Amino acid sequence: MALLEVKDLHTNFFTRDGVVKAVDGVSFELNAGETLGLVGESGCGKSVTALSLMRLIPQPPGKITQGQIVFDGTDVLQMDEDEVRGIRGNNIAMIFQDPMTSLNPVLTISRQISEALELHLKMDRSEARKRTTELLDLVGIPSAKKRLDDYPHQFSGGMRQRVMIAMALSCNPKLILADEPTTALDVTIQAQILDLLKNLAQEFRTAFILITHDLGVVAGMTQRIHVMYAGRIVEKADTGELFADPKMPYTWGLLRSIPRLDERRKERLVPIEGLPPDLIAPPPGCKFEPRCQYRRDICREKEPDLVAVPGAKPDHLARCHGTQAGGWLVDTDWRREIGDTRVLEEIKQEVASVPAEAAKTTTADLPPELTQKEGI
Amino acid sequence: MLSYVIRRVLLMIPTLFFVALITFVLAHSAPGSPFDKNENRPLPEKTIERLNRLYGIDQPIQVQFALYLNNLVHLDLGSSLVKDRTVADIIGSEFPVSAQLGVQALLLALAVSLPLGVISALKQNTGVDYASLLFATIGTTIPSFVIAIFAIWIFGVYLNWVPFLGWGRGCGPLPSCDWKRMILPTIILSLGAMAFLTRITRASMLEAVRQDYVRTARSKGLREQVVIVGHVVKNAMIPVATIVGPATAGLITGSFIIETMFSIPGLGRDFVLSINRRDYPLIMGVYMLYATLIVIANLTVDIVYAWLDPRIKLSK
Repeated sequence: MALLEVKDLHTNFFTRDGVVKAVDGVSFELNAGETLGLVGESGCGKSVTALSLMRLIPQPPGKITQGQIVFDGTDVLQMDEDEVRGIRGNNIAMIFQDPMTSLNPVLTISRQISEALELHLKMDRSEARKRTTELLDLVGIPSAKKRLDDYPHQFSGGMRQRVMIAMALSCNPKLILADEPTTALDVTIQAQILDLLKNLAQEFRTAFILITHDLGVVAGMTQRIHVMYAGRIVEKADTGELFADPKMPYTWGLLRSIPRLDERRKERLVPIEGLPPDLIAPPPGCKFEPRCQYRRDICREKEPDLVAVPGAKPDHLARCHGTQAGGWLVDTDWRREIGDTRVLEEIKQEVASVPAEAAKTTTADLPPELTQKEGI
Repeated sequence: MLSYVIRRVLLMIPTLFFVALITFVLAHSAPGSPFDKNENRPLPEKTIERLNRLYGIDQPIQVQFALYLNNLVHLDLGSSLVKDRTVADIIGSEFPVSAQLGVQALLLALAVSLPLGVISALKQNTGVDYASLLFATIGTTIPSFVIAIFAIWIFGVYLNWVPFLGWGRGCGPLPSCDWKRMILPTIILSLGAMAFLTRITRASMLEAVRQDYVRTARSKGLREQVVIVGHVVKNAMIPVATIVGPATAGLITGSFIIETMFSIPGLGRDFVLSINRRDYPLIMGVYMLYATLIVIANLTVDIVYAWLDPRIKLSK
């Protein structure tokens, strides 16, 4: 049985401008010890998916309106508050994006790690302190014992993220959700943190979901990758397969925009034209259709299903009319054929004609700032 | 830490020196003298001259100031030129009343505003929140003497619940003290600070509650109460602490109106009346006392601030 089964998850944010469908029918499974990458651009619903798994969506304005999250045989969405708290930090732990702001500035490191130990593992203060020292050693904090009573501001960014990892590992969770764990760090530190995360997850046989906008980050990290767009999963594949043979124009676009060191010619990176979709009134057909240079009329009329694609492994699914059986993109080599240049021009023009004001609202980052009123 | 406190205490000396200098110059440069109270029956020239000589007012101002400082260093505040008492005696009998009133009002303001601000932020945009905002707005916008008049009329006269004149004989242990008389003035004096602190606490809580570390705390599975008390409130108190200092000063020095309206024999009256009477030693005594209190309040706030926020290093 899978450790985690997400079925048809819908998370909405009810705002003054309308209902934002941040997560719109996401389903996936994860086995114990398995690693999964959740990839997509800002605002596509990755983080909201992760927060939904722990029921940490700020409510209001957010609400999980539909679906099931079966963790270890129990539906998280059916649990009462106490039961959910019993899972948070204990069975599912989360590592957040920005270690500068994710640690409490006025509490010592040891207090912040011990808290979960005392709560879930019923340790007393001195036991928890001892275990905290071990954890800090484990994540590579030098002279951990001396640093227990330091405050977050006395650590560098990378060290703080190590503290976050120690905190996440503290109760031996079965699943770790890492939400852009390296985005706020510089590149050399990124690699260290990713290595650490990977090694520890292997050592403890912890399943983890790595959320990132950067395909380069997941490449060596996870077994499978799910690509998200506009609150939906648009492609699922094994990591190797996804990089070798992606089956969805959006994934192509993401891959084209990664700089490659092994490329001989210095080619320009190709951005994905157009604006991210408006999640309040998404396009009726394929959500990516307005930005897709391979589009046809059917794309606007009917949303494609997430189905197996011909010429790929059976567990490789994609949401695209073009690459489905009988589609016009089945034999397309995405590296060579960049699609219809006339359509590309159309998309560019559409973007140029959108007033700046409207463009701002569509790219607005999602909660919790969305509907917060001013303080005083 | 200790060296910081010592340094700050030493820094009080120049601060207080300048307060003394400015107050002294201003007080003496105002026209009039302590001895021309009655225009219909002015004192004879000769008498005024003798009085001036007796109290040293005929000397050049810098000499007077030097003499005053010399006395001040020897803790001699001089005698009132109007009342037949020493300044130390007046302060000694009146300041405890003002201090008690001010401290009571401060404690009441804190006891109400902190929980109210916290609850109001946690229940944002609900009835509780709107009620507390309404209270905070009324408290800051309507001056205390207006509220005082209404309160005296409603609770003192119409309902006749509490006495509202005087302060009784000082206050020792509770039963022996005339606490009923203290209710109205204490509440009314505290209203302004209470309202202001409620708003600050609410705003500060709203700010703190949506920080990333709060989400981290929740993701650990902590109970909501633990998240709020252990993680949010301590952070939210940092801005509040900075306001408490000036608020304290305001309560201690701002009690003149309340003391007058409720006939309370506090120092607030002398704070104002000594100026009208050109009672130079009393002006100086009261102002130096208040200046010292404010300087101490600010130092206390800075120390509390460093204790609340480990990012602040006092030794720098």
